[in-house]
Amino acid sequence: MTIKKSEAAALFRQQAKERILLTDGAAGTMIQRYKLTEADYRGSYDLPSDQKGNNDLLVLTKPEVVDEYTRQYLDAGSDIVSTNTFNANIISQGDYDAVHLVRDMNLAASRIARKAADDYAAKDGRPRFVAGAIGPTNKTLSLSPDVNDPGFRAVDFDTMRDVYQDQVAALMDGGCDFILIETIFDTLNAKAAIMAVFEEQAKRGVEIPMMLSMTITDMSGRNLSGHSVEAFWYAVRHAHPLTVGLNCAFGADLLRPHVQVLSGIADALVMIYPNAGLPNDLGQYDEQPHTTGGFIEDWADTQLVNVVGGCCGSTPPHIAAMAKAVAGKPPRQPHAHDHRMKLAGLDPFTMVA
Amino acid sequence: MTTPASTQFVNIGERTNVTGSAAFKKLIMGGDYTKAVEVARQQVENGAQVIDVNMDEGLLDAEMAMTTFLKLIAAEPDIARVPVMVDSSKWSVIEAGLKCVSGKPIVNSISMKEGEEAFLLHARKCRQYGAAVVVMAFDEVGQADTKDRKVEICERAYKLLIADGFQPEDIIFDPNIFAVATGIEEHNNYGVDFIEACKEIRARCPHAHISGGLSNLSFSFRGNEPVRKAMHSIFLYHAIPAGMDMGIVNAGQLDVYDTIDPDLREACEDVILNRPARSEKETPTERLIKIAERFRGTDAVAEKAAEEWRGWDVVKRLEHALVKGIDAYVVDDTEECRQKFARPIEVIEGPLMDGMNVVGDLFGSGKMFLPQVVKSARVMKKAVAHLLPFIEAEKEAGARSKGRIIMATVKGDVHDIGKNIVGVVLQCNGYEVIDLGVMVPWMTILQAANENDADMIGLSGLITPSLDEMVTVASEMQRTSMTMPLLIGGATTSKVHTALRIAPVYEGPVVHVLDASRAVGVASTLLSDTQRDEFVRKTAADYNAVRIAREGKGQNELSTIEEARANAFVADFALKPDAPKQPGTHVFADWPLEDLRELIDWTPFFRAWELAGIYPAILTDPVVGESASSLFADAQKMLDTIIAEKWLTARGVAALWPAYSDGDDVIVNGETRLAFLRQQIKKREGRANMCLADFVAPQDDWMGGFAVGIHGIDPHIARFKADTDDYNDILLKALADRLAEAFAERLHLHVRTTLWGYAEGEQLTNEALIKEQYRGIRPAPGYPACPDHSLKPILFDLLGAEEKTGITLTESFAMLPTAAVSGFYFGHSEASYFGVARIGPDQVADYAARRGEPLDITERWLRPNLD
Repeated sequence: MTIKKSEAAALFRQQAKERILLTDGAAGTMIQRYKLTEADYRGSYDLPSDQKGNNDLLVLTKPEVVDEYTRQYLDAGSDIVSTNTFNANIISQGDYDAVHLVRDMNLAASRIARKAADDYAAKDGRPRFVAGAIGPTNKTLSLSPDVNDPGFRAVDFDTMRDVYQDQVAALMDGGCDFILIETIFDTLNAKAAIMAVFEEQAKRGVEIPMMLSMTITDMSGRNLSGHSVEAFWYAVRHAHPLTVGLNCAFGADLLRPHVQVLSGIADALVMIYPNAGLPNDLGQYDEQPHTTGGFIEDWADTQLVNVVGGCCGSTPPHIAAMAKAVAGKPPRQPHAHDHRMKLAGLDPFTMVA
Repeated sequence: MTTPASTQFVNIGERTNVTGSAAFKKLIMGGDYTKAVEVARQQVENGAQVIDVNMDEGLLDAEMAMTTFLKLIAAEPDIARVPVMVDSSKWSVIEAGLKCVSGKPIVNSISMKEGEEAFLLHARKCRQYGAAVVVMAFDEVGQADTKDRKVEICERAYKLLIADGFQPEDIIFDPNIFAVATGIEEHNNYGVDFIEACKEIRARCPHAHISGGLSNLSFSFRGNEPVRKAMHSIFLYHAIPAGMDMGIVNAGQLDVYDTIDPDLREACEDVILNRPARSEKETPTERLIKIAERFRGTDAVAEKAAEEWRGWDVVKRLEHALVKGIDAYVVDDTEECRQKFARPIEVIEGPLMDGMNVVGDLFGSGKMFLPQVVKSARVMKKAVAHLLPFIEAEKEAGARSKGRIIMATVKGDVHDIGKNIVGVVLQCNGYEVIDLGVMVPWMTILQAANENDADMIGLSGLITPSLDEMVTVASEMQRTSMTMPLLIGGATTSKVHTALRIAPVYEGPVVHVLDASRAVGVASTLLSDTQRDEFVRKTAADYNAVRIAREGKGQNELSTIEEARANAFVADFALKPDAPKQPGTHVFADWPLEDLRELIDWTPFFRAWELAGIYPAILTDPVVGESASSLFADAQKMLDTIIAEKWLTARGVAALWPAYSDGDDVIVNGETRLAFLRQQIKKREGRANMCLADFVAPQDDWMGGFAVGIHGIDPHIARFKADTDDYNDILLKALADRLAEAFAERLHLHVRTTLWGYAEGEQLTNEALIKEQYRGIRPAPGYPACPDHSLKPILFDLLGAEEKTGITLTESFAMLPTAAVSGFYFGHSEASYFGVARIGPDQVADYAARRGEPLDITERWLRPNLD
């Protein structure tokens, strides 16, 4: 089984050797600004449920909105733009009765991002990359939704893998460079997504580079399935991802100790895109771009990261502030592979011999 | 107690295995998963580092049982924290299991039984599920029984897996442990076959691991648990040094090697190692069967004996509970003990630490295994938890001291004589010292400083990697916006290093404290409202001046490594020593201490106590003479006791190997490459750029190595600590250090005159020995001629030092016990000591390539030589 190597990944690695790269910021925060109505969301589709809030549908019904903010991020300095497909999977779209549109959503989202990226690359000669975003769905493979039946699971591994594989195939058909498995709150869900990518890769005979991004859900530094940052990395390292990192959860200041842990062990590029601080009493993010920029400057000075960007609450000005903060600073050097056997339960396990 | 980073045997619990545990099988067959989950919990609590789950039972739906159980334990954080081993002979069960495991598990097992294609298919799947694999030594022909077959199959599997993209460290071989003492002659060598195969597989399959199921071994003795336990423990005692680093075994089914009945131990060892019969009358198997009968049913007797210990003195009971890991009575016993002692802390420092030190010694010498140690630690924890409220209550009553100082030996370093001296001096002067001990990570230091509202932090370290760690502590203090003063001390620290590396990363006051006598002055000044600011300003200015001077100074110019090599030292190999009279490895389990006493170099002993001068002149020195004499008398008295009561044991190993040089490397035993560093500073005409490899001929030569350690100090130190007798604590540690150095000197003499024998007639006085007026050198890794500490693991492997001397290495390659010396022997008459000093990036890159290590890691170890 020979797999053709990804040229985009090689180019990305080469760029990442020279400088700290930027990914984009939040999509949801940008979409909110348009104050779209249910009718805007729905467009001409005849769907039984209320579509307000189904952001993934907008790539079909309001593509100009998605195109516009994507280009704003590129203007701010993003090297990577991600597709607006966080919930464009069969499980999540089931809630909107829009399952039949999943493939079209992923294709359309990929094309919007691809076109914008290619336009900017053509303009200034700097390569831009498209990451096909895959969210965790609202089901979890590791936990029981029923406290009285801890052995119960609402979904199984094979189903989850198939759901992901459909999405991966559509994103790659739409022209994505990489698959971004993000906001990983359940490590086993991520492992199913990784398996889906492997299977799709074998089917195509072409490498599908992965970017993995975990979400910490409590201050002790674990995700919802209970894995520490280190245990998470050992559990997913077999994906040989292009990047591994953290997103969402906290702002850059509270995330820093966890970034430091990951940065200290990962033999892959590290990509971090925090929220713009913690939400205030009204659920809004009010961390100012220059504040975020200050935190990111410290990360760059201590060579903790290879790629930075934003999650909830972050906007093009945040990305522009980050771009300024990292400009001209050397990127982190990924660790060499050390040949100690690493295993993981919820905690990491390293064999010394 | 510390767990040495280089001692590792992973024990995989087998109690959640229906084929290994009848009780578990009964629970699963009966559908009682709640109780079955409790079995897993107990197993983790008892120290299993990985839990094996096996549901291979004909009457079970194994897939269903496997997935149900795995999902249930995933919901229990105190079980799910450890990795799982998904164990089945059926692939479908394994794959179903993998779909339920969220971390990184081990699959047990896959093999080439059905050919290469199926093997690779399964291996690839395991990889894609993110699992390590156990590969059974089983091929199309069958299960491997002889050493050659085991090695051949494992090597073939290894090559296939590596070619397919498997990471070598994720491969664990199970070369099959078979039953011995079955009465069938062909089975007699099975133990030896396994042990020998381990060595060969580890050599041929780098980074791979070896595991095995122990219960098969003693199959012939079913129903005779004492004998089975003894056999398992003895087998591990031999298989672990050979390379077995994982095993499926019930921790409760292991004995401490030393406590096995000597007759039984010998008989088991004869069978396992297939030794020749001791008499014509009976084979080793027959002899073991006979002896075994004596032990049948002694479990019941042992149980009675077990109750007997309850009648002992409470201190003795606590020790027993710690060593045996029995927590049933520990709270009651601790309470009883607390009422006997003046202060609750003394219970910890006394009986509890004594017990833990016994455990530590047994573990350190390979006679106790990690899971047993974990059990002991749990008992300790329970006892301490009981005492803590009493200790807290006592604290509140106390008055505020002059100041509170956090002290620690940094992560990776185990040396604490200097730190303890400083601690005592500070305490005597009314400061409260919170001593965090040795090998302390920066997080703990910062946390302790903040939680205790400390006034300052003092860091200590002896080996060079500690310098880097101190920089880390300082930068973390800066990052968390701390402002308290940071004091730096220890043998390798210096004002220059502090000024150049540490002060610039921390804005708070940073002060290098040259010795203990300055500590009180520095502390009191820093806590004085009137003197502090002036002192901080002056120190900062002083360090700034050091930095400016350093910048202006311009370092010595470096040659390129090629130029340096062209200017290598050219030894006259016509003068090379003859081949050793006794090549190979020589182990000294207990070198007489009285013999070492004669060779002690006393000058460094006084230096450790910060008394400056040369022995013996120091004894009559007008300034320090009186205190030096009194200290010397105390030292002599303690040495008398150490020797008379056999407090300490000197264990050592020396080896002489065929060797030849290859550029700056020396190839030992035709296979192990020792890379050395070459001086690179430009030399004046006629002076060579030296490298240790210059002393070994390019063909047909010899070199050697050694490691010596002084064991047994811990119980005595703990006793002194319990008496809060810091003086004797430090005195004993300093003497142990001296004995270790003396042993290195004595062993070198033995090597020169006897083992290598090139200086048979050597007659030197002690003084001449201390001045090293002999032929040949013994440079140590981490010291000027060979500054890379990370050569130690290679040296230790060559010597089998860990197994033969009980000395282990920390992550920064400090040796444990602390009183230990290791190094290389070079016998050429022109061999001399030198310092490598500063080297260039070209040599570092070249050296990293020769070592096969990543550049960043190499740079870390060589940091002190880079600037």
